[in-house]
Amino acid sequence: MSTEQVNVTINGLSHSLDVEARRTLADVIREDVGLTGTHLGCEHGVCGACTILLDGQPARACLMLAVQADGAEITTIEGLADGDEMHPVQRAMKEAMAFQCAFCAPGFLMSTVALLEENPNPSAEEIRKELSGNLCRCTGYQSIVAGVETAVRLLSSTGTAGVNQ
Amino acid sequence: MKNPPFIYHRPESLAEALALLAEFGDDAKILAGGQSLLPVMALRLGRPDHVVDIGRIPELLTLDAGPSGTTIGALVRHAEAERSAAIATHAPLVAAAAPHIGHRAIRTRGTLVGSVAHADPAAEMPAVCLAVGATMVAASVGGTRLIDAADFHEGYLTTALEPNEILTEIRLPAWPGDAGGAVVEISRRHADYALVGLACIIEVGDGSITGAALAFFGADSTPVRVADAEAVLVGRPPAESAFAAAAEIVSARLDPPSDIHGTANYRKHIAGVLTRRGLAEAAATIGVTA
Repeated sequence: MSTEQVNVTINGLSHSLDVEARRTLADVIREDVGLTGTHLGCEHGVCGACTILLDGQPARACLMLAVQADGAEITTIEGLADGDEMHPVQRAMKEAMAFQCAFCAPGFLMSTVALLEENPNPSAEEIRKELSGNLCRCTGYQSIVAGVETAVRLLSSTGTAGVNQ
Repeated sequence: MKNPPFIYHRPESLAEALALLAEFGDDAKILAGGQSLLPVMALRLGRPDHVVDIGRIPELLTLDAGPSGTTIGALVRHAEAERSAAIATHAPLVAAAAPHIGHRAIRTRGTLVGSVAHADPAAEMPAVCLAVGATMVAASVGGTRLIDAADFHEGYLTTALEPNEILTEIRLPAWPGDAGGAVVEISRRHADYALVGLACIIEVGDGSITGAALAFFGADSTPVRVADAEAVLVGRPPAESAFAAAAEIVSARLDPPSDIHGTANYRKHIAGVLTRRGLAEAAATIGVTA
């Protein structure tokens, strides 16, 4: 067993953590940093609930050891809102009543933010393809796709999908 | 599940990594992008005592695509290849494969070389290597050896690599000017492993086919080429009749597995469909309409 020092910036705050090498980034975000918005469903890269932004790109926090993230900038679901002001993608999902239980919501939101930053005006087909790595077990995907389409509309009036940091 | 405990190593040079593998051999696993190894460990299908994280070794970052060929280092991630204009121009089959590989979040971390070394028979990159005739560069403390793509994949999750070797890079030969390529597959959902897939190349000169490569994945325990089907294409005009003749041979020659997602006969059938579709798509990329 080995313990390593990991320096990461999460939602703009730097953390210096001593972590056991076998622990995933997802577990360290949740248990050591206390940001429990990053959800763990399958823990082997299938469900997408733990999707975060790693240096701006979407990644599975369960498929990374925390030590691999040494030096990285991470954004979690908690980093989307600006104080009490919801991120446009959050507002859109709420307006569209995209989720039922919302266990999958953090992953869908992070994937959507990454998608819209790269492609601000995706077609319905592109939305479905890009979000195929996130699973919802409640409602089906109609309302989630509608939420992304709402986000496209909101963002075209308010600016970029990016995260303020 | 949570990962079992292991001793973690993060070498800063290739020499240091190779020394670790020389010491621990079979008891060590190499970690690059981790998109195959970490699920294997989480499911306790693999339980290495030592994990050698090669993620910070600068020598392995090489991505060099040009008219004389393409070199892809062990740390080049799918997302990087997918976005590279040089790859799109000089290694178009790699570019064609990229969007099929996992989901965006997987491509952010996963590496092309890691996919080849992991050797899942339904993965795209091993078939791309086989289609283009890539050369694998395997390094150990004893030196470097080159392995032909055709000799590299030996079976399900099994390659010609020794436990003390690292696949440091893949070298693709120069892409011929008169060649088109395509990667087509049938999977149950977007980004799932393919039931059957095809990486194909078609070369056309003076109105007829001068060369072809058909490398199937998901059709056997390793990626496979169908030489008879490639041969039947040569000398014929790049048209549907030639593609159909090749498809018929493909369906007859392949010996795919049956599982809960599809029978062997279904896979043989769709391999034929993919042959026609892939060749037409490959021809279209060089302006030839079948």
